[in-house]
Amino acid sequence: MNAPTRLPGQTASGDALVIAGKAYRSRLLIGTGKYRDFDETRRAVEASGAEIVTVAIRRTNIGQNAAEPSLLESLPPSKYTILPNTAGCYTAEDAVRTLRLARELLDGHDLVKLEVLGDPNTLYPNVVETLQAAKQLVGDGFKVMVYTSDDPIIAGQLEDIGCVAIMPLASLIGSGMGILNPWNLQLIIDKAKVPVVVDAGVGTASDAAIAMELGCDAVLMNTAVARAQNPVLMAQAMKKAVEAGREAFLAGRMPKKLYSATPSSPASGLIPPKAA
Amino acid sequence: MVKFFLWHAGSEVIQLSVNGQVQRVETGADVARLLQMLELSGKRVAVERNGEIVPRSRYAGTPLADGDALEIVVAVGGG
Repeated sequence: MNAPTRLPGQTASGDALVIAGKAYRSRLLIGTGKYRDFDETRRAVEASGAEIVTVAIRRTNIGQNAAEPSLLESLPPSKYTILPNTAGCYTAEDAVRTLRLARELLDGHDLVKLEVLGDPNTLYPNVVETLQAAKQLVGDGFKVMVYTSDDPIIAGQLEDIGCVAIMPLASLIGSGMGILNPWNLQLIIDKAKVPVVVDAGVGTASDAAIAMELGCDAVLMNTAVARAQNPVLMAQAMKKAVEAGREAFLAGRMPKKLYSATPSSPASGLIPPKAA
Repeated sequence: MVKFFLWHAGSEVIQLSVNGQVQRVETGADVARLLQMLELSGKRVAVERNGEIVPRSRYAGTPLADGDALEIVVAVGGG
């Protein structure tokens, strides 16, 4: 694997994540699905330190209790950058339609997460539809963070279209299988000039740290936190893992050396063996 | 639907599809009136009428016609 590309002497303090010209302190993006209730969602997001949270766009339940709390009351857009997604969309047309509604819902907010799925069992992205939707959305003035496969060629094409962040999967959505192909992620990271965000597949804190050590700019996760036995504690763990992974990346790890052990303690000045 | 249900209290009623459900409103109602009926006034929603987004600023003054299909969406938890 190539050495990470980093600015000499760069430290983690003042190391902002910049997406579409806006700087964020946190490199952890959190999804808001699958929590027990909005209160747990809010507490997990707070513990994670995330500034960007994803939401889905769905039909409102007609005739439901109008006083029922809403997600955006727990996570107000004044406090968080709300990133609407296109989860559940299988065509470019549906995804574009969903995000146009989202932009209206969020008062013209144009930073969005595009995902166009290809298969309900794997939720694997349909990159042909994704490319088509990305072109339309960028043309329509959206700032598109795009979920995609870990194919470096497609990632490059999405960047060329004008997407503001490339978000390859580490493994299937909701699988918790971790970073299955670090080599492909590395190829994407080495080439990309926009942030690379691992989106999907992270299962536990070490996965998030590995993604960041590879040089990913951020990690987006939902199920790993929401489906932990203690989501709020896991959110806190993920915050630390992302920070630790980032700092390790910036620090630059020692090279791996097979069959060339070197002691950490001085080899000289050893107490001589007792005379027989 | 039986025709006479579309008439009530002497005022004419039109039939809409709202999020796939049948909804009746009085003739002349606009989007703002529909949201009020659904107790969604002032809520953070987005509205699409026959495939076209209705901006919030135009809820009042966008008339509804018999057979209109409306989608009313909100933000929910999701990854």
